[in-house]
Amino acid sequence: MKPLLRIEELSVDFRLDTETVHAVDSVSLTVEEGETLAVVGESGSGKTATALSVLRLNPEPPCVYSGGGVFLGDRDVLKLSEKDLRGIRGNEVAMIFQDPMSSLNPLKRVGVQIGEVLRRHQGATRSEARQAVLPALREAGIPDAERRAGQYPHQLSGGLRQRVMIAMALVGRPKVLIADEPTTALDVTVQAQILDLLVDLGQRHGMAIMLITHDLGVVAEVADRVVVMNRGQVVETGDVLDVFDRPADEYTRALLRATPKLELT
Amino acid sequence: MTAITVAIPTGRARTASPLRAVLRNKLALVAVVVLALMLLAAVFAPLLAPHDPNAQDLLVRLRPPAWMAGGTSEHLLGTDQLGRDLLSRLIYGSRISLLVGASAALLAGIIGATIGLVSGFLGGWFDRVLMRIADIQLAFPSILLALAIVGFLGSGLWYVIIVLGFTGWVSYARVVRSEVLSLRSREFVTEARAIGVGNVTIMRRHLLPNVMAPLATIGTLHVASAIVAEASLSYLGMGVPKEIVTWGAMLANGQLYLGTAWWLAVFPGVALMCAALAVNVTGDVLRDVADPKAYRR
Repeated sequence: MKPLLRIEELSVDFRLDTETVHAVDSVSLTVEEGETLAVVGESGSGKTATALSVLRLNPEPPCVYSGGGVFLGDRDVLKLSEKDLRGIRGNEVAMIFQDPMSSLNPLKRVGVQIGEVLRRHQGATRSEARQAVLPALREAGIPDAERRAGQYPHQLSGGLRQRVMIAMALVGRPKVLIADEPTTALDVTVQAQILDLLVDLGQRHGMAIMLITHDLGVVAEVADRVVVMNRGQVVETGDVLDVFDRPADEYTRALLRATPKLELT
Repeated sequence: MTAITVAIPTGRARTASPLRAVLRNKLALVAVVVLALMLLAAVFAPLLAPHDPNAQDLLVRLRPPAWMAGGTSEHLLGTDQLGRDLLSRLIYGSRISLLVGASAALLAGIIGATIGLVSGFLGGWFDRVLMRIADIQLAFPSILLALAIVGFLGSGLWYVIIVLGFTGWVSYARVVRSEVLSLRSREFVTEARAIGVGNVTIMRRHLLPNVMAPLATIGTLHVASAIVAEASLSYLGMGVPKEIVTWGAMLANGQLYLGTAWWLAVFPGVALMCAALAVNVTGDVLRDVADPKAYRR
């Protein structure tokens, strides 16, 4: 298997007025075709900053990419021009964000928002985009796709909105999908459905999925490999079962101990 | 026996439409109708006006309105000190007043929205420079600035519009900027960037529609204040040329006769007030219509 996404010794700083925060410190990881890599860690451990770096979406300033590289094939994303970057965003690499409430434009019908990806990257006309949107919505498990495509985000439930986000991410058939805590804002029953859907679609299209989460239950359920981050650094990486059975690092052990368990007495 | 009707929700969402939103609000309906009538009067002034607005007839000078003693049905709202028909002058005056109000607000809106969008979205030194310019302009009384510019360029209809447009952009720019500051950190903007949308398109297609509601509100307030500002300029003799009838000029002229012929000042004043009020209420409706959440309940 060849790695589709390769992050090498990436360092990301946030230069604020009074201090510099090293959000990501020499992080290296790879994600292969058809594989789901989970990146876990507590809040502030640098997971999201790492994920946003893949598309260079961290706000600059204050963000500075101070070292390393992010490689898609042999191109370093951090060295591309803004124009070349736009060609990659949503096309080769797609992203799903944490909060489906705020990641959709409140004033545009969801069908139009999904179609925008095709219009931008594949030069689709308005009507071509409209036709491609319906299968994308159905693939993301949205019933009554015709009606839903014409609705505004506030008319959909949280779970449906996240499905819309998934449809939007996948309609351009990206090679790499980055999901930044895609289930955090959803209730538990919907979480499982969304995760199953993601993994299923990932395998069907041979995508590399980078799943950012702080929920170890999610990791155990869907990931192949796991990267544990703390204070901007990778503290442990390996196969999910190995890491869960024999955590090598003290922080990983603490993280595992912190997971609530359902025990019958 | 009294019949009591109770509205029972059918459980099915009513077809959403901006038109329905206007029809449901009685005040809005009145405002829209008043505005429409004024626009029609302005467009069809030559057909509607009973007399030439500039035709003088010294034999019937300072006639009161028709319903008062001494009034004639020939001049429904009376005549001024030169015997010109007040109703005809009001109808012709609406052309200039509405044109100036709408054009000045549109011009200021375009300038202000563009500056606010760019300033808020790009930030940095660009933002700082633009906002300091806005501060300076705000600190300067706009009517004084308008007077200075008109005095410099000379008076005339288009100068008045341009001057009022260029002196009014600050409030648009500030509101748009502050809205953009909060919008740009929202995830849908990051999401738009994540699917490869460029900065200009983000501003135009994602941010601008989201600031249209406050823009429409400020715009309508500005239409009203621009009508009044034109009146002030005309009152001071710095507005449009004397031979063009405007409500402002009529008001200024009527003020001299307030003690003896109240109708000269009152009718243009009332027209001005109705126009401003109608535009403001219509602006509120526009704002509600621009927001899909507001009428899709």
